Amino acid sequence: MSLALRIAPLVFVAAVVQVATISGARLLGAEPDVLLVTVVVIALLAGSVVGAATGFAAGLLVDVMTLGTLGQTSIVLILAGYWAGRYGETTGRGRRYAVPLAAFAISLLATVGAVALHVLLGEPVSARTALVSLLPSAIVAALLALPAHRLVRFVLSDSAPLVRPRTIEIA
Amino acid sequence: MEIDEVERHHGYPTPVPRNRTARTAVLGVSVRRPADGKPSSRTSAALRRRLVVGSLVLCSLVLVTLSFRDTEDGPVASAQESVAAVLSPFQVAADRVAEPFRDAYAWSSSLLDARSEAERLERENETLRQLVAQGELARRENAGLRELLQFRDGPRFPEGYTGLATRILSRPAGAFSQMIVVAAGRNDGVEVDDPVVTQDGLVGTVSRVGSRTAQVRVLTDDQSAASASIPATGAYGVVRAGRSPRSPLRLDRVPKEALVRVGDTVVTAGSRSQRLLALYPRGILIGRVTSVGQSDTDNYTQVQVTPFAELGSLEAVLVLLPQDRGER
Repeated sequence: MSLALRIAPLVFVAAVVQVATISGARLLGAEPDVLLVTVVVIALLAGSVVGAATGFAAGLLVDVMTLGTLGQTSIVLILAGYWAGRYGETTGRGRRYAVPLAAFAISLLATVGAVALHVLLGEPVSARTALVSLLPSAIVAALLALPAHRLVRFVLSDSAPLVRPRTIEIA
Repeated sequence: MEIDEVERHHGYPTPVPRNRTARTAVLGVSVRRPADGKPSSRTSAALRRRLVVGSLVLCSLVLVTLSFRDTEDGPVASAQESVAAVLSPFQVAADRVAEPFRDAYAWSSSLLDARSEAERLERENETLRQLVAQGELARRENAGLRELLQFRDGPRFPEGYTGLATRILSRPAGAFSQMIVVAAGRNDGVEVDDPVVTQDGLVGTVSRVGSRTAQVRVLTDDQSAASASIPATGAYGVVRAGRSPRSPLRLDRVPKEALVRVGDTVVTAGSRSQRLLALYPRGILIGRVTSVGQSDTDNYTQVQVTPFAELGSLEAVLVLLPQDRGER
């Protein structure tokens, strides 16, 4: 089964769960973002291009389901997926704490980026609310990333190689 | 100096090809380099990667623009709504699946917060109880003042007087004191001996005046006395404090031949001559006759009177100020 066909249900389920059940819920002051974590984990395992494409599809799905401005969430998730993928392809490859670290950092950046995007588009947004939950949300994202990484790696296990190593010819 | 020269100089073996560079020495591998001037696969991969990401971001920006420019019933919005309608069953299903978990989480967090919540609610309850009590007091006070105003503007209000509505600041401290303090004083035009009434009837007279407060001697005080009459029969007497709690007032000095019946209304007699002015204006309700008795040894009829005004639970009173006070 191709990589896209394995990723699609993951993203769909994550988007539905995020929109229908988790969105708006607060867990110890945090607003968990399962979809962002899923995109980050997929990007870490499958690379920056797949991560960006996944982010685009996931964002579009959320914007459609919430009847929001189309493309708004996509921009944030494309960049999140791309950055996570690049990190996985370069610095983070083989590192033990790459997954939670990437989820933590990208959660922080994505929240700030989302607020900035809302402000740029002239939509009312409570920066205070977003910033208050910034750190707890990033910690929850880091905690969620580990089981999400295992799950996604299990689902995508037949689609190897996920992140291609650089081609090095040994003489 | 070339690397292989260094190795040869130090006598190291040369396990790698002689044409390697410093980079290959570090990596320990030989990197295949393109022979022609075309970009490497790595460069083209980076280019492709950036192109894909740029295209996706561009697509998103186009979607944002279309979404912003589109009207509510435009094609983009219609398409979005259609897709959302298709996806909504999944959302509903997810919501229903998650509902028990959400309830469980809410229940467990409510358990965690129960103690602090209970303390908070207890404090809130205390505050609300105080507010309710204050509100009830204010409501009663308001109702009392409203009734006083109706009385002041009604036909029963004595002529030649103006009514000054005021709150009760303190009530009788004990059985031996029948004084109340009202929130009006000299600054409001109150003077000693001014009559004090409610819409129900006579209360007493001002016995002491401060700048903003005044002490009122209630009819039930031993030193109070008010000339009174029974309009139905024309009997006259003096209302004084009763001798027992069951009969707070008595009508004294009523001749034996005067006709007095149980249930008769007792009112203030007022002045009967211009030279000797009474403290109270004529016709203010005092009370109702509850018992009438005569004995052979007494010169007067013993008449017990129950006051109309609730003297024990006054909220507000009217101090009657003579209109001609300035002329006197």
